[in-house]
Amino acid sequence: MSYTTQTQAQAGVGEIAGKEFLAFTLGQEEYGIDILRVQEIRGYEPVTRIANAPDFIKGVVNLRGIIVPVVDMRIKFSLGTPTYDQFTVVIILNIGGRVMGMVVDSVSDVTTLSPNQVRPAPEMGTFDSDYLIGLGTLNERMLILVDIDKLMSSSEMGLMEKIAA
Amino acid sequence: MTIDMSQFYQVFFDEADELLAEMEKLLLALDVSAPDSEDLNAIFRAAHSIKGGAATFAFTDITEVTHMLESLLDRIRKGEMALTPEHVDAFLAAKDVLTMQMDGHHHGSGVDQDAVDSVCQRLKALSQDIVPETPAVEAAPVAAAEPAAAAPVADADGNYIFHIELPEVPQRDVDALAAELGLLGTIGQERLADQRVVFTLTTSESQDSIVAICSFVLDPDDLKITLGAAPAAPQAELQGGSGTKQPAEDPGYGIFEPQQAEAASPPSPAVKPEQAAASAPAAEAKNWGRRATDKEGGNQESSSIRVGIEKVDQLINLVGELVITQAMIEQRIGALDPIAHERLLNSASQLARNTRDLQEAVMSIRMMPMDYVFSRFPRMVRDLAGKLGKKVDFVTHGAATELDKGLIERIVDPLTHLVRNSVDHGIEMPEKRRESGKNEAGKLTLSAAHQGGNIVIEVSDDGGGLNRERILAKAKQQGLDVSDTMPDADVWNLVMAPGFSTAEVVTDVSGRGVGMDVVKRNIAAMGGSVDIRSVPGSGTTIAISLPLTLAILDGMSVKVGEEVYILPLGYVIESLQPASADVKEIAGQGRVIKIRGEYLQLIPLYQIFAIEPCFTEPSEGIVVILEADGKKAALLVDSLVGQQQVVVKNLESNFRKVAGISGATILGDGGVSLILDVSALLRSSRQLSAAPIFY
Repeated sequence: MSYTTQTQAQAGVGEIAGKEFLAFTLGQEEYGIDILRVQEIRGYEPVTRIANAPDFIKGVVNLRGIIVPVVDMRIKFSLGTPTYDQFTVVIILNIGGRVMGMVVDSVSDVTTLSPNQVRPAPEMGTFDSDYLIGLGTLNERMLILVDIDKLMSSSEMGLMEKIAA
Repeated sequence: MTIDMSQFYQVFFDEADELLAEMEKLLLALDVSAPDSEDLNAIFRAAHSIKGGAATFAFTDITEVTHMLESLLDRIRKGEMALTPEHVDAFLAAKDVLTMQMDGHHHGSGVDQDAVDSVCQRLKALSQDIVPETPAVEAAPVAAAEPAAAAPVADADGNYIFHIELPEVPQRDVDALAAELGLLGTIGQERLADQRVVFTLTTSESQDSIVAICSFVLDPDDLKITLGAAPAAPQAELQGGSGTKQPAEDPGYGIFEPQQAEAASPPSPAVKPEQAAASAPAAEAKNWGRRATDKEGGNQESSSIRVGIEKVDQLINLVGELVITQAMIEQRIGALDPIAHERLLNSASQLARNTRDLQEAVMSIRMMPMDYVFSRFPRMVRDLAGKLGKKVDFVTHGAATELDKGLIERIVDPLTHLVRNSVDHGIEMPEKRRESGKNEAGKLTLSAAHQGGNIVIEVSDDGGGLNRERILAKAKQQGLDVSDTMPDADVWNLVMAPGFSTAEVVTDVSGRGVGMDVVKRNIAAMGGSVDIRSVPGSGTTIAISLPLTLAILDGMSVKVGEEVYILPLGYVIESLQPASADVKEIAGQGRVIKIRGEYLQLIPLYQIFAIEPCFTEPSEGIVVILEADGKKAALLVDSLVGQQQVVVKNLESNFRKVAGISGATILGDGGVSLILDVSALLRSSRQLSAAPIFY
């Protein structure tokens, strides 16, 4: 265990002691997000496009009476091919009371990672490392652990109104 | 003009009951040594609201008491006077008196005028910084007139005298009790003819403490505690543990237990026995009478219930969902063979009917006619005009226009202010009107009407109008950024600037209360706008425009390419397919359409929302003529789909505001359709298409 790395990464590692992560894939990469943020997993349904929105915001859908925006992570991070068929999966997230959908290629499993399985992420990759918790190792697999709260509330995603300056 | 005000009594009583309860709660929680100014303000507001309501319904007795209460509270809250326990006691007493008066008006139960007077005296004394005199003195005349009257029972030190009549108990217990009670104050003991013991306890403790102590030894129900005045008459008698939970430290309360005559025992030396005996039966009869009516009143418990607005909203939402689900079912079974599935189809159509009825019923919970607001005014205008020596004819239009209850309640205060303003400043004195050749009686019109998706409420008078020069002068004086060449509309808007008042004299009519800026703020908070039109010499009209922010709206669905959008029907004037000759190009300015001699700007929806359309030529598609904020434009769409009621869903609850979109709705097939924000489209169609919505 390397406790000598940056304090930020250390804090991240400490926070997630023995947490459960939902693993999903985008193209060839495997990602993990805190399972507690996941409300449900659904198939892809036709969305209603929002005019003049960036292309990764697919639009909005009706989720049992509430209007929920759907983003396609494959487009956002240019990973894999954004196809929509009966196998396309939408992870419905609940972040701070706001519900949103996230299109991914597939969902694999839920894994528990202990802190010593989580390594700090190097400064690279598709994600701004601000949104990364670290890299989780599980036998031969490597999960890119995403701080989904931070990512989804970021102005980069444009999902939430900017807090008035 | 006669208007049956009684229909609104119930609302006032309900409100007042709540306010009184709130007031009591706050008073009881008040920390006398360090009162929270918020609490004091809340109490003041409650008193003020009751006063206002009572004045509207001409319950002058309630107004009087609340007025005194209010003035005293006002001084305390402004810090001119320190709060003392006497104040709190007096306030509580006043609250009880108010409750009694309220019941008097509500159920016709008796009102103990002496109690009212005594409370008034107390409040008055307090507001003059006089600590109430020894109650025995104050009570004396009252007691002499009617022994049953509410004489305060606290002596100068704030002590009360309790006569505690014990049931038959062993001497050992009597001694124990005497010792225990003795700790509370000074105790005296005497024996009745039937060997029962009566304690006379002078204490600052409440009756509850006495009951608590006695209950160690005996059943509190057997205990008879009499609250007595110092050496004065037999007093209010309270039976320990009986149903009346009456604060013992509340001397002003006028309702007594019927056993008044028994209260005469033990006879207190100050009153001649025969006097007590003579007056007691009368008192008893009187009080029995009141009890009877009280009970009657209790049976009339309100036929309405007050429910939290969230509950109603939740209900409306759920019904909205139900309507959508029902529409989905209808769509799905539409494909079925009507003969093979006759019974299913029948049931489904019945479901459709029931759902519609349910929806209507639920929606009507929130809707109230404007009459609810309007009918408060005739009286107010009349009184006000009388006070100012003006003559005013008050006319209302569109009182049946329905508005959401939430909005209707919030519109009352701004409207009251506007009406007062019109009477006070707008309409001139009769002589002046005669000089300028107008009818002596000014005309004040209050109207409500649906206009597009809005309700427009107008207060208009035929008075002198706004004075442009005076407003400008005043604005300059206040350092506002003005110029002499400003358009009228901008000048009128200055009136609504914070802290702006052109009133030369602050009268008691318009000096108090909310100013125009507050009116504007309140209206803006409801999502509405205020518009002032004024012509010198012929009057002023103030129009309040409020959106019908209801959960359900009538929409017209239009299609562009593969996308369906909802247009709120209220904005739609007509839709047509123009001849290609009527479409004119304006260099660099887009296109206009000539419709009945009028050139309207063409807003191509496909361009604004970047949709691949079927048609780009208005002569092939359909243009929908829209009107919002007095501006017209033609919206180019591919086709009209239909007209339907839609449940408005907030886009921002999970997403964000999107320019040009006011909300979303769920269609019959479960899909989402976006509702167009027509005023925004008209306001800035060009910016909208040019500027990126996302950054």
